[in-house]
Amino acid sequence: MANVSGAQDRAGRARKRSAYPGWFYLPAAIIYAALFLAPTFASLYFSLTRWTLFDSVFIGFDNFAQFFREPFLVQGLLNTLTYALISSGLKVVLGMALAIMLTSQIVARGYLRSVIFFPVLVSTVGVGITFTVLMHPTQGMINETLAMLGIAGPGWLVDPKLALISVALVDVWKGVGLATVIYIAGVVAIPKDYYEAARIDGATKWQNFLYVTLPLMRPATATVITLSFIGGLRTFDLIWAMTKGGPGFASDTIASVIYKQYQAGFYGLSTAGNVVLFILIAVLVVPLTMLLNRKQGHE
Amino acid sequence: MTKTKTSALMGASVLGMLLTASAVQAQQSGNLSILTDNGPQSVAIMEAWAEAYKAKNPDVTIDIEVRPGGGDGDNIVKTRLATGAMADVFSYNSGSLFQAINPTQNLMPLTDEPFQDNVQESFKTVVSAGGEVYGAPFAPAMGGGILYNKPIYEELGLEIPTTWDEFMANNEAIKEAGHVAVIQTYGDTWTSQLFVLSDFFNVLAEEPDFAEKFTANEAKFATSPAAMRGFERLQAVAEAGYFNADAGAATYADGVRMVAMGEGAHYPMLTFAIGAIAETAPDYLDDVGFFAQPGDNAESNGLTTWLPDSVYIPQNAANPELAKDFVAFLASPEGCEVRNEAVGATGPYMVAGCELPADVPPAVSDMLPYFEEGGQNAPALEFLSPIKGPALEQILVEVGTGSRDAASAAALYDEDVRKQAQQLGIAAW
Repeated sequence: MANVSGAQDRAGRARKRSAYPGWFYLPAAIIYAALFLAPTFASLYFSLTRWTLFDSVFIGFDNFAQFFREPFLVQGLLNTLTYALISSGLKVVLGMALAIMLTSQIVARGYLRSVIFFPVLVSTVGVGITFTVLMHPTQGMINETLAMLGIAGPGWLVDPKLALISVALVDVWKGVGLATVIYIAGVVAIPKDYYEAARIDGATKWQNFLYVTLPLMRPATATVITLSFIGGLRTFDLIWAMTKGGPGFASDTIASVIYKQYQAGFYGLSTAGNVVLFILIAVLVVPLTMLLNRKQGHE
Repeated sequence: MTKTKTSALMGASVLGMLLTASAVQAQQSGNLSILTDNGPQSVAIMEAWAEAYKAKNPDVTIDIEVRPGGGDGDNIVKTRLATGAMADVFSYNSGSLFQAINPTQNLMPLTDEPFQDNVQESFKTVVSAGGEVYGAPFAPAMGGGILYNKPIYEELGLEIPTTWDEFMANNEAIKEAGHVAVIQTYGDTWTSQLFVLSDFFNVLAEEPDFAEKFTANEAKFATSPAAMRGFERLQAVAEAGYFNADAGAATYADGVRMVAMGEGAHYPMLTFAIGAIAETAPDYLDDVGFFAQPGDNAESNGLTTWLPDSVYIPQNAANPELAKDFVAFLASPEGCEVRNEAVGATGPYMVAGCELPADVPPAVSDMLPYFEEGGQNAPALEFLSPIKGPALEQILVEVGTGSRDAASAAALYDEDVRKQAQQLGIAAW
């Protein structure tokens, strides 16, 4: 009994101790409501209308029905998942490898760290345009270099089978620096005691990595996977700058399908697509985050 | 801003010369804002018009704003109209896309303006809504067909084809001689549509009521053999291996350069590309000729034509009298003269009294017979029907790159058309 009333006392004191009255939050609440809540609910409404920007007609769930009938939506969904898996998977593997390399005693460590982080700072559209030029099938530097070695380079962005993968690889090039930095923080945070204990037990380098580094980096891995997976699902800027979803529809993702509806003037349909994308990301990422975090809790 | 001031000064300096000419008309004053697309020709001609107009009306200042072309540009135009922030004069599509900017609600009717007496009726029909005319022609009429490189034709002794089979035979000869037979430029996807869109004269020759039936949901590309042929023709050219090796990545600018300099023999394109050749490769302008896309029958060989873009005035223009006066200037013989000097002649004008200069480039003179009395021409489908599916260009890239066949492409396009028709709220869909 005494315990319970003590807890109530503490809670009461915590309430009183708040230095700011409730209405101090009002300006922030107004800004949040005007800039975030209102557009969100407006878009939920407009996704149910046929909307020309000049006027809108309420048509119920027709837009959603049409969106799911979109011939390239299924391929776009698969492409989005493929892209998200390739890019987040490679970022995890390469980011981890680079982080371990860059935390060991190697020459020019600081320089290499900044070189790897540099692409993160460059504008995505700039990266996209640069690589579009580099990957040109006949005049691009990549294929010209390959030709000097006697290899006939593929049409990186013009071959329907390769286009999506090429863009995903550029995404990895651009994003791996951020993953590396997160991993470096994770590696540095591992207490040296574990490695000393492992050395006494006679662990090899590989065992060190497998049984000490890898498990203790799980929080960093969870962060990298969540960030890059969400990024991959929403990917748009790089795809648009490099292929515009093409050739044909070969590298269309959900976001580019949505943008094309908007371009064609189907504003309601495109808004419905955004609602679908929002739900899809929530449905995929919320369980993923819970899964990653639960495992971490059991360590 | 500095530029406007400088040009205002320049305008003032030639005022003396023009004083007698402009004294007859009431002089305008005020500030005029203009929005046009970022095509090099559009910007060049707008600037030339603005200079000429300011020379006549020294009290006028003109600001030209530039927007992107394509779907992004459409959205800028719609957004600015919807928010009441449109420039006093803006250029935009005529035909099917024109209906999508709600002209009766957003635009100022120009039906009773005196200059409309000189504008061709065929143009007025594609800028009219609810019984009112809203636009004035921004450019000459265009044709859709095949630009070809004359030196290659001379080298191989080829004749201008009047049937599709002759065209394919020419392609074979050109390929055997080691040249690129057909240029495709999928780096700019819109360029993929020409083989299908410029085949429409041949469709109408076989099915004169295709456009009405198409709008009424009674005729489909996949089930009409005549309409399907455009898709099949693209597939045939692709399968024969006549395309340039970098077709997937080449851009419209590459295609224009290639056909002008003989890096390829044929480029299916709209004739406004003649202006781009004049701009980027003027020395090669005389090497480029033009012919309509051939069909099955030499007897019924004719040209699919495009009516030009239009200039419009929004309903809430800040200075409507000045805007109308400027638009009347564009749609006058004087305006055409300015155009001829600034970007050259690219086709027949839609305004009575406008003359083409005597020395038009060969590609333009090749096109004129189709427009003359007794010439064979028909408007493109987008001027006969409000429906044009937005994904046609991507679908045709798939056909051109061999990842989809003509039959399934036509069926897929019919799906795309259905979506557009439903979004436009057209009855019977």
